This record gives sequence, C-alpha cells and structure tokens, in this order.
Amino acid sequence: MTPQPLSTPQATYLVAEREVATRVRSKAFVISTLILLIGIVVGILAMNFFGERESTTQVAAPDTISAQLAEIDGIEVTEVADADAARELVENEEVDAAVVQDDESPTGVTIVALTDAPSELLQSLSQAPNVELLNPDAGWSPIRYILAIAFGIVFMMSAMSFGSPVATSVVEEKQTRVIEILLTAIPARALLAGKVVGNTLLALAQIILIVAAVAVSLILTDQTEILAGLGTPLLWFALFFVAGFLLIATMFAATGALVSRQEDISQTIAPVMYIVMIPYFLVIFFNDNPLVMGIMSYVPFSSPVSMPIRLFFNEAQWWEPILSIVISLIACVLVIMLAAKIYERSLLRMGARVKWSEALKK
Amino acid sequence: MLNVSGITKQYGERTVLDDVSFSVARGRLTGFVGGNGAGKTTTMRIILGLLDRNGGSVSLDGEPLTAAQRRSFGYMPEERGLYPKMKVLEQITYLARLHGFDKSVASEKAADILTELGLGERLADPIESLSLGNQQRAQIAAALVHDPDVLILDEPFSGLDPMAVETVVAVLQQRAGRGAAVLFSSHQLDVVERLCDDLVIIADGSVRAAGEREALRKEHSTNRYELVSTGDAGWLRDEPGIEVIDFDTGHAVFDVADDDAAQRVLRRSVAESAVISFAPQHPSLAQIFKEVVR
Repeated sequence: MTPQPLSTPQATYLVAEREVATRVRSKAFVISTLILLIGIVVGILAMNFFGERESTTQVAAPDTISAQLAEIDGIEVTEVADADAARELVENEEVDAAVVQDDESPTGVTIVALTDAPSELLQSLSQAPNVELLNPDAGWSPIRYILAIAFGIVFMMSAMSFGSPVATSVVEEKQTRVIEILLTAIPARALLAGKVVGNTLLALAQIILIVAAVAVSLILTDQTEILAGLGTPLLWFALFFVAGFLLIATMFAATGALVSRQEDISQTIAPVMYIVMIPYFLVIFFNDNPLVMGIMSYVPFSSPVSMPIRLFFNEAQWWEPILSIVISLIACVLVIMLAAKIYERSLLRMGARVKWSEALKK
Repeated sequence: MLNVSGITKQYGERTVLDDVSFSVARGRLTGFVGGNGAGKTTTMRIILGLLDRNGGSVSLDGEPLTAAQRRSFGYMPEERGLYPKMKVLEQITYLARLHGFDKSVASEKAADILTELGLGERLADPIESLSLGNQQRAQIAAALVHDPDVLILDEPFSGLDPMAVETVVAVLQQRAGRGAAVLFSSHQLDVVERLCDDLVIIADGSVRAAGEREALRKEHSTNRYELVSTGDAGWLRDEPGIEVIDFDTGHAVFDVADDDAAQRVLRRSVAESAVISFAPQHPSLAQIFKEVVR
C-alpha cells in the first residue's frame, strides 16, 4: 500500500497535533494551568469576602440618634445612655466611633473617634450635593486601570508562556537533530506553521479557561453586572489575541531557528520579549491618554490590549476594530513569510548562532 | 535507478565535492565508503535536498528528482536524533503519518518494523530510556517505516553490536530484494565488503572508484598467492618469476610473474612437502580502499 503524500495543510495539522498532545500531556503544564485557574477563582472570591466583612463600622450612640443610624447600611449600633458613655466606649476601643448630639454642628451631630476620622461613617452621614457629569466615561476610572492591567497581563503572560515554548521546541528539534528527518518528510513551512498553530490553539484554550474562571467567580459572588459589560470587549480581546499571538509565535519560531542549543536561546529571544513587554507597560502608564491608546490600538503587537479597552469605554468607531484586525492579519502574513525564510535557511545550520543578517540575505 | 551526476559543492573558497558522479541501482545495496570528511554526508544531504549544490544534478529513473519524490525517500542522518521524551511507537507512527499514512495504518506499520528490528518489547518506552544501540534501531525504523523505494543511510551500523548488525543487514537485504535502491555509508569496511553489491569510494570530495564489488576486486587484484605447507618453503626465494612478499617457514605470500610460474610453484610445493593450502589472494576492500584513496 502506498501512502498519499501530504499537502502542506495536512502536514501542518499533524505537526500542530503533536505540539498540542505533547504539551497537554506534560504534568508541569497541567499543574500550572490548574494553579492559575484556582488562583483566579480563589482570588475573586476572597476579595469579595473580605470586601464585605470590613465594611461594618461599630458605632456607639445615645438612644436619641441610634434609631436613625440603624437604618444605614454597614453600621452596627451600640445603644448607650448618653454622650459621655458613648465617648467612654470609644476610649476603651470597644467601638470604632461614637455619634453624639451637637446643636452647633450643621448636621446636628458630632462624630467622636480615637485617632482617625471614620471615613465610611462620615460619608454615610454627610449630605452631598447632587453631581451631574457631562461626560462620565472620559475621566480616569479604576475599572479602566484594572482592565488595562488585566488585558495587559493576560496577553503578556500568554505570549511568554506559550510563545517561548515555540522557540524551545524549534531548538529542541535542531538540538536532537530530529529536524533532518522531519525536513525530508515535510516542507519547512509546514513545520513552522504547525508549531505556530498548535501553540496558538493552546494559548487560546487557556485564555478561554481564564475567562470562564472569571465568569464563574463573578456569578458566584453575584457581580453579574460587571460580567455583562465585559462580554463584547472580551470577545474582541479573544479575536485580537489570536492575531497578535500568531504574530508573536511566528517570531519566536524564527528566533528559535537561529540557534542550535537551548543554552543560546536567550540571546536571540530577547528582542521578541521586549516586543511582548512594551505594550504591557505602555497600556499601564498611558491607559487614559487617548492619543497613545489610539495609536496602540492599530499597532499589531499592542492592539490586543488597547483596542478592547477603547471598545469597552465606547471610544472607538465601529469600523476601527475591523481596520485594526485587518492590519494585524496583514502583518501576520508578512511576518510568517519572513519567518519561513529565516526558518528554512537556519534550520540545518548547527553550531554557532546564525546572525539575522545571514538568515535574511539571499 | 538513482543517478548522481557531476555534483559540486563549495563552501566559500573550499570545494568539498568535486564532480561527484555515481549511480545506485534498484534491488542492490550500494556501499559508500570514504574517510572522515571525504564528503559522504554532504553528498547524501544534497541527494535529499537538505543542502543546495553548486552544480550537477540528481535524477531518479531517468527523470530529474522532484521534491515530492524526495519526500518518499527513507533517510537516516549521520547525526542521530528523535524526540527524546516521545514513546518509541508514537514517534515512529508520527513519522509514518508525516509520510502520508493514515493513523491506524501508520501505527500498524510502525509496530511491524520496530518488532522486526527487535524493539517489540520497548514500544511504550520513551526513546531516551533506550540504550544507544536500541535508539539506533529506532532510528533505522524511522528511515524504513514508510516503505521507501530509495534508502539513504548514513552510517547505519555504527554503534550496533554484531547481532544487531545482522538484524539490520537482513532488513536492508529484504528491502533491496523488493526493488528498493539502497545507498549506505560505513567505515566498517568488513561489513560493507560482505553486504554490498556495488561500491562507491570517495576521497577528498571526488569519487575514486565506483562499480560492482567483484569487478572492482578483479580490477585491483594482483597475481598474489598464499602457500601454507608443512615443510620449509625457503626454496621459493630462488624460484624464477617469483617475488616473495612475506615468509615464515611453512607460510609464504608471493607475487607471480604469470600463471605458469604459479603452477610451477604448486607442483614443487606438493613434491617438497604436504600442502595445506595454496590459493590466489583477492584484495580485501580495505586494501582496495587504501590503494585508491592514496
């Protein structure tokens, strides 16, 4: 029986399948993924738990005031006979604060505390004027910062934890010399594409698991309104992530092909590492700068982080993410073509590291 | 028939292959012999398309070799290597699938060839846990699993014990018997001598001798005879037309001027004492090798 020679896509599929199977079967990979997921769920649950518990303030008040205080959330009232008794409880540190009658105060009461003014109690007793924000989405907001860090970290961590294995696995094939047998069976570009596709799928699967873990924890802690707002940006993030990661994985593969020993890999991998880290820092420092964010959302390496944030705050026109993803995909094709060239020229070169200029020149 | 004609390879100023031509016939084993750095591995890599050549061509059955045909070749590289952590059977199955076999067929073929090479008990072990000799067998399985009709094997016997050499020789002969063209290099000249039908001897990047083993032997044979007898054969020295090469009472190696001289020596030996053996000496491959490489 004669075999049917494989087409490039078929060969790519086989290589990708081996990459995924090898990775999924490694204990280190399974354990680290589990730890990550458990960490996310426990983290969100714990933040919610401690957040609720610390919001109760112990307050002592004479019976004239205690009835009003009891209606306010987050306050536990201890009823005392008079103002002096209330002060005494504060001094003995049995309560956080006391609220006593004071006719000279505009609000009619004075708060007595030991060292610091109890801010939560202060807020709930103050009368604030109405505020009308004309452009509520434009200002600095903690959610913006949190999203920037979250997208930034997820992208950077996935790029590093799934990108560098692409380089390592290329070097492994060179170092163990299995590359010579592989290249007599399939074209170099199928090998490159298979590695990139396999690791992209792995990275995407981990992102989906992370998103699922976040969603489950938010549902468990009844924070469904945050979840609803995150839906669309998360979908965009996933889409941009695939394009961005393809690009990075391809670069990692090309850099891996330049060396022939694992020990030398750090020399060539550094530039790619910077490319992965720079968007993360930019988005943390400039997440409220519309110009920087606007530019970043079109640059292929940083668009997975900044475009979803702009979308979340409705700062981007409907066509912007589409244009940006088209730019990413074009960049992807160009980098893959370039990487395939470097790859084919460097794969069988053993010994000293191959210089970029040598790998590229005709 | 695989035809290599006029292959030239240069690295900068240095010429490593100079007009290398030979052919590898189907159904026969062709031994590729040469010293270290003579150009064997470079030639093989060029045949496989792993290296570019500066000149010359490679053809298969009269047609220029295509990339698709190359991919059906079986190749055992000089630098051995398989994925160290992958299980033996999985590894060979994967390679068979890369050559285009369905998963189930690939797995069956991999198990068959591994069993044939004596690794039947180790199918589920990772490559790195095997002894070097057994890793070598797995490497040979990797070259053979897809039933290639052209086999290029770089030093397939190095690192194998004599029993394993026999196993591999049997498998290679069987593949050649089915019509495969087999080219293998080796520095174990005794194995090559016993195994190959054809020979290519290369030195300093150029082919010094190529052709059928027996024809080469005849070409390089001298009129040398060996005599072993019970008596002292010292009289040989005075015999006309005889040049003694080596002598030790009952044992003598000598060159004769013609066949008559040889017959004369034999007759006299029988008359002088009991003759244990009297035979023309064929040059060993090692001798031919030394002679053509010089």
